[in-house]
Amino acid sequence: MRPVTDLFQEAERQMIVCNACRYCEGFCAVFQAMELRRQFSRGDLLYLANLCHDCRACFYACQYAPPHEFDINIPKILAQVRAETYEQYAWPRRFATLLGQSRLGGALFTLLCIAVVLGFVLLVRGPEIAFGVHTGEGAFYRVVPHWAMAIPSSAISTYGLAVFAVGLLRFWRDTGGKLSELRSVRAFLQATKDVVILRYLDGGGEGCNYPHQDFSSSRRVFHHLTFYGFLLAFASTTLAMIYHYALEREAPYPLTHPVVLLGTAGGIMLMLGTAGLLWLKRRSDRMPADARMLELDVIFTTLLFLTAASGMLTLAVRETAAMGVTLAIHLGISGALLFLAPYSKFAHAVYRSTALVRFAIEQQQNRAGH
Amino acid sequence: MDVLVIGGGNAALCAALTARRAGADVLLVEKAPEPFRGGNSRHTRDIRFLHERGDRYVTGPYPEDEFWDDLRRVTCGQTNEHLAKLVIRESADIKDWAMEHGVRWQPPLRGTLHLARTNLFMLGGGKALVNAYYATALRMGVRVLYETEAQELILSDGRFEAAILRSATGQLCEVEAKAVVVAAGGFEANLAWLKRYWGEAADNFVVRGAPYNDGRVLAALLQQGAKPVGDPQQFHAVAVDARAPKFDGGIVTRLDSIPFGIVVNRQAERFYDEGEDLWPRRYAIWGGLIARQPDQIAYSIVDAKVMHQFLPSIYPPIEAPSIPALAERLGLDPPSLVRTVERFNRAVRVGTYDPSTLDDCHTEGLEPPKSHWALPLDTPPFYAYPLRPGITFTYMGVTVDDHARVVLQDGRPAQNIFAAGEIMAGNILGRGYLAGFGLTIGTVFGRIAGREAARAAGH
Ligand SMILES: Cc1cc2nc3c(=O)[nH]c(=O)nc-3n(C[C@H](O)[C@H](O)[C@H](O)COP(=O)(O)OP(=O)(O)OC[C@H]3O[C@@H](n4cnc5c(N)ncnc54)[C@H](O)[C@@H]3O)c2cc1C
Ligand code: SF4
Ligand code: SF4
Repeated sequence: MRPVTDLFQEAERQMIVCNACRYCEGFCAVFQAMELRRQFSRGDLLYLANLCHDCRACFYACQYAPPHEFDINIPKILAQVRAETYEQYAWPRRFATLLGQSRLGGALFTLLCIAVVLGFVLLVRGPEIAFGVHTGEGAFYRVVPHWAMAIPSSAISTYGLAVFAVGLLRFWRDTGGKLSELRSVRAFLQATKDVVILRYLDGGGEGCNYPHQDFSSSRRVFHHLTFYGFLLAFASTTLAMIYHYALEREAPYPLTHPVVLLGTAGGIMLMLGTAGLLWLKRRSDRMPADARMLELDVIFTTLLFLTAASGMLTLAVRETAAMGVTLAIHLGISGALLFLAPYSKFAHAVYRSTALVRFAIEQQQNRAGH
Repeated sequence: MDVLVIGGGNAALCAALTARRAGADVLLVEKAPEPFRGGNSRHTRDIRFLHERGDRYVTGPYPEDEFWDDLRRVTCGQTNEHLAKLVIRESADIKDWAMEHGVRWQPPLRGTLHLARTNLFMLGGGKALVNAYYATALRMGVRVLYETEAQELILSDGRFEAAILRSATGQLCEVEAKAVVVAAGGFEANLAWLKRYWGEAADNFVVRGAPYNDGRVLAALLQQGAKPVGDPQQFHAVAVDARAPKFDGGIVTRLDSIPFGIVVNRQAERFYDEGEDLWPRRYAIWGGLIARQPDQIAYSIVDAKVMHQFLPSIYPPIEAPSIPALAERLGLDPPSLVRTVERFNRAVRVGTYDPSTLDDCHTEGLEPPKSHWALPLDTPPFYAYPLRPGITFTYMGVTVDDHARVVLQDGRPAQNIFAAGEIMAGNILGRGYLAGFGLTIGTVFGRIAGREAARAAGH
């Protein structure tokens, strides 16, 4: 891997070529934001890199792409800067390098998490409980008590949120944002819209150039499945909490219960979406790709898939003797996913959205200034 | 084989697509390897076309009269009116036709405003257009050979019989076809040929586009009796940064700083009015002007106060705190440059400075004058960009008729030899240039050539 200073220098070199060319300005926000600048500080580059959605349109359309001597490869260099962002703004940074960006580290960590929960169930709760058949209200909690789920997961989430909050504020400051600007409702609305429709994964109209040069919407579709599947799963969990605490009804819920319906829909969408993304990734052109980002993508997407799949499996076997072990594995994987969030590709949700807010503000100011 | 298309840029692709649609068997040979396919067309940005009203992509109408007036003005009448009006009229459906063949347009944005009414901008630029046409052509069954050069044409009595092709591996083979479309560009990348008209000066030219357009097929046609058109010394050339690569540097090496300061030659003397007219109307004369200076080099000099007013360039400016220091860094004689700048500064009459219009900041009693945007060079640091002539394309080509048939010396049109694009643009552009018109000529004549070639092959 090249030293970080070289990375930013190289990104600046490429941005300077683009800024003199501007042929790609119709593709996405990156070029429109770039055109407002002449020099590219580290903060500018971090911002521009996180605006990029890696649709690759600008790679195939570039008359200076390798083997041309100018060697312009925007999706690749911006992916490198993004991977750098996820690392720089994570705390502690080493976790990002060791766990989020290394297949081996991520896998070992996940196995460790599974082992901890499984060990707890098998050794502390004992084989009788682990391999018993539990049905009716509170069945899950007979295997793993509610406190043993709630306390670690809230602790990990709080920790993750704190890491993200600090990272986000630092990112905002480093990319030249003011705190007061974070109040701009219009910018938030615009950015939210850009996120929910995945505006910049459409390569300026007909989908992105992914996995190959042909225009295709498949990636956007799979990402939508993943994103909305995730939201449904999240909604299901939230609803379950309401039932648990406010209505004092304990899981598992019947199959037609809204919590289960939401969770099932979310789980299936997540599985389809993540599997699709991984399948596309396998076939995708490596030229405009960065190896480190590929690693980040594969680890996070795989973890998401496994979380959804083990969740669905738990649902399927919940009335059998396999429930205990399956649930333990599911909790182990979900725990790993949750803990790794700030060090994984999950970070793209935070930094890309933040960059989109920044873009919305900048464009408003620019329009007002003219 | 029915139709052989020689070349792999916009004109060639438009011909191949049209001939194929008409049912012909088409082989397209492109001299460049696949990553560099598309000739100069891969460096383009926009295309001019006739339209009665504005829409999502253009901000207003561009009617036939205005189009024709613009063309007559820039060519000073050196145009074949019949062919020119044919191009103008048949450009009307370029937007839809190109879209049907995969090209996508971009709505007007910051970078495109000055031409937003008259020209369509390709989303992603010329390489995206070329990619789209290739994808469509391959899907439709056009056969494409990359790294394959047409070396000779075999004619008998003004009829095309076969071409000798040289493949990537160096193999020569003779390919017969019922008709041929020649769309292999001009000879702008052939410095030896340019030397015939420019002498040693041509060694200092920068070729902005593809290194493959060496005019070999053009020469073959002329040698075998095609009637030439256009002044061989005429070319479209702009000022590019002297640090640009010799070939294929494309759009990013051009410099737009000239109207914001002064330009001096090797002797540190000014040689032309930097503020003669609005930049889009003047940028294309600067290549020729610099080509006529000693050693074909010049320096655009500006000061700190105007630095952010022109499009950024890829090479950093050469910077110095004073004029003598700047001269030193450029290898110019410091007293001479100081004299030139002082004389210029004294002659400047500042009015209301406005780079977007022909303002009233000018010089008095200075030769050559600077007619607009004249501001004294007085705010350090001072900056310079070294300039070379950057040649875009040549004007000399083969004469064609309105069926895109190549016309022979005796005035007869060849029955199965067609030409399109840069290689015949000189029929319409005898001199001067209209932004985006190169692609227009190539698209219109490419389609005519494709249609007529298919017909000549019996379709
Ligand atoms: C930097 C730059 C920017 C430009 N911008 C614009 C613009 O915005 N709008 C516009 O209208 N025009 C623009 N032009 C001009 C424009 O490029 C040309 O007018 C147009 O592309 C000509 O198209 P063509 O198909 O005739 O030639 P080209 O696109 O140059 O194609 C010639 C083809 O022939 C091939 N070839 C050459 N010799 C042989 C051989 N012996 N055998 C086989 N193949 C051969 C070449 O490899 C190439 O593929 C620009 C030019 C440059 C250099
Ligand atoms: S990616 Fe290439 S074509 Fe696009 S703006 Fe940059 S240099 Fe120009
Ligand atoms: S890859 Fe797509 S999103 Fe990223 S800079 Fe290029 S065009 Fe924009």
